[in-house]
Amino acid sequence: MSATAASAVPRAESPGRRALRRFLRHRLAVAGLVVVLAFVLAAALAPWIAPFDPVATSWSRIRKPPSELHLFGTDENGRDVLSRVLWGARASLLAGGLSVTAALTLGVPFGLLAGLAGGWVDTFISRVTDAMLSVPFLILAIALAAFLGPALENAMLAIAISASPIFVRLARGMAMEAKSTEWVEAARALGNPPWRIALAHVLPNIVPPLLVQATLAIAEAIIAEASLSFLGLGQQPPNPSWGSMLNAAQRFLTQAPWMAIYPGLAIFLVVLAINLLGDGLRDALDPRARGR
Amino acid sequence: MQALEVRDLAVTFATERGPLRVLDGISFALPPGRTVALVGESGCGKSVASLAIMGLLPPNAAVEGAIRLEGREIAELPPEERRKLRGADLAMIFQEPMTSLNPVFTAGDQVAEALRLHQGLDRARAQAAAVAMLEAVRIPEAARRARQYPHQLSGGMRQRVMIAMALACRPRVLIADEPTTALDVTVQAQILALLDDMRGETGAAVLLITHDLGVVADHADEVVVMYAGRVAETGPAARVLATPQHPYTVGLLGAAPRLDGPRGTRLATVEGTVPDLADPPAGCRFKTRCPFRVAVCDTAPPLLEVAPGHRAACHRAPLDQLLVAA
Repeated sequence: MSATAASAVPRAESPGRRALRRFLRHRLAVAGLVVVLAFVLAAALAPWIAPFDPVATSWSRIRKPPSELHLFGTDENGRDVLSRVLWGARASLLAGGLSVTAALTLGVPFGLLAGLAGGWVDTFISRVTDAMLSVPFLILAIALAAFLGPALENAMLAIAISASPIFVRLARGMAMEAKSTEWVEAARALGNPPWRIALAHVLPNIVPPLLVQATLAIAEAIIAEASLSFLGLGQQPPNPSWGSMLNAAQRFLTQAPWMAIYPGLAIFLVVLAINLLGDGLRDALDPRARGR
Repeated sequence: MQALEVRDLAVTFATERGPLRVLDGISFALPPGRTVALVGESGCGKSVASLAIMGLLPPNAAVEGAIRLEGREIAELPPEERRKLRGADLAMIFQEPMTSLNPVFTAGDQVAEALRLHQGLDRARAQAAAVAMLEAVRIPEAARRARQYPHQLSGGMRQRVMIAMALACRPRVLIADEPTTALDVTVQAQILALLDDMRGETGAAVLLITHDLGVVADHADEVVVMYAGRVAETGPAARVLATPQHPYTVGLLGAAPRLDGPRGTRLATVEGTVPDLADPPAGCRFKTRCPFRVAVCDTAPPLLEVAPGHRAACHRAPLDQLLVAA
């Protein structure tokens, strides 16, 4: 950038503002954001907008097809599918959001430590990470959930632990890259203590890729929660979860397909929307595309 | 008392090929308010010397010798004490202004950081002081520039911000590691003039690391010429440049382009390459490239005074008769 180009910039545009501007140009990503926000809203307002009690059974309305009264039909115990999908959004989004937050909290500090400290600290953290990454994500989550016992909280913990090594590796790689930059050298020359280098200088610089990875990890965590609940390791009956609803639905796939279609559609939509959102974030925050 | 005094400073890196002694006992002093230039080609140990003084060498580097900051020995201080000196009494600016600023902070934040770290100023007062500092380094519209991010500033502007950061806490010693190498020639001149002015205003001593002899002539009081990890020649800048007493300095001066030299002639080069420091030649390290080499050069030459304050590490110094003959 030449001196004239720099002085032609009329006002200071912060990196965050510029990313927002570029994100808003990305139509699919904005659509994804809208869908995600709609689901978040539905989950938050479930107690008020759900037409029926999601766990109230009714022997007179077993497996009724969609109607004006039950827009998404009813299940094998006569419960309203729409209400269960709305309440189920709570389990799914909570599992996605909380488990990824926990995975970040667990993974990023270890990644920063490994990348910046180097030496045996790095070797130790990296080998543990490699060992965890050598087991497929879902298999590790199932094993941990089975070990911890069937409950939604345990499923979330299992997902968080399984998702953390990817953040360790990402944070470590980016911290190592940052460590060799001149601005870290300059920060050291200014007398910054090591913890301040890590938290005040390196961390803000690696937030964008972490944010993109975290968004995509939420989508994975939602699928993982649905899978665990499908296997009976997540949300426990009678509380609704998209995964356990699918499990119940598979026995009636030909007689009552609506029992499977709506929770399945919900998972599909949320995961697709989050992935679109993540792609948009990646484009908006990509350092190689700076200046566009 | 000297602002900075370095005695027999040696740095050895532990490498896979074995120990590598990149700095082999160099000594020099930095008087307060003066500029001393450290000159030499790439790999001669200039930057290692500056990082050793700052205490910023990687853990595989072993430092020997004395480093005295205003008479106080700092080489043996614990890391935490060394850290407190950095940015406060000892500051450094780097070669690449384009990459030496943290991309996610505004110029003002980066200058304010030094003040918050070392003087415990709160955010608002540090910001106000930072703007004043940016004004001091002649940044126009400092208050507006303080809110801009590095990518919105030109190279010269960024180097001014770096200088403001380094001088914010009024350090006693400023190390400038090739501060203008990455800049346009006109901007170079402005930045060097600014460094001179700031040195006058703050009374800091400046260690200017460069390979540009023109810069040495215009901005340095003293010069230390380094070759392969040792001091080849040292003395008042004007004297060393006018009457060099080490064949290497003679070679460097011959390799510098001059406007008043004869046109159409090729620049002289120093024949050969820098010796491998893993296996340095015995005796004088310059002997492999020296046109005046004789048998005695197989023993290490002492740094001897050839004129008041002017010392050269050459068995054949003074070179005056040899140069006339050549």
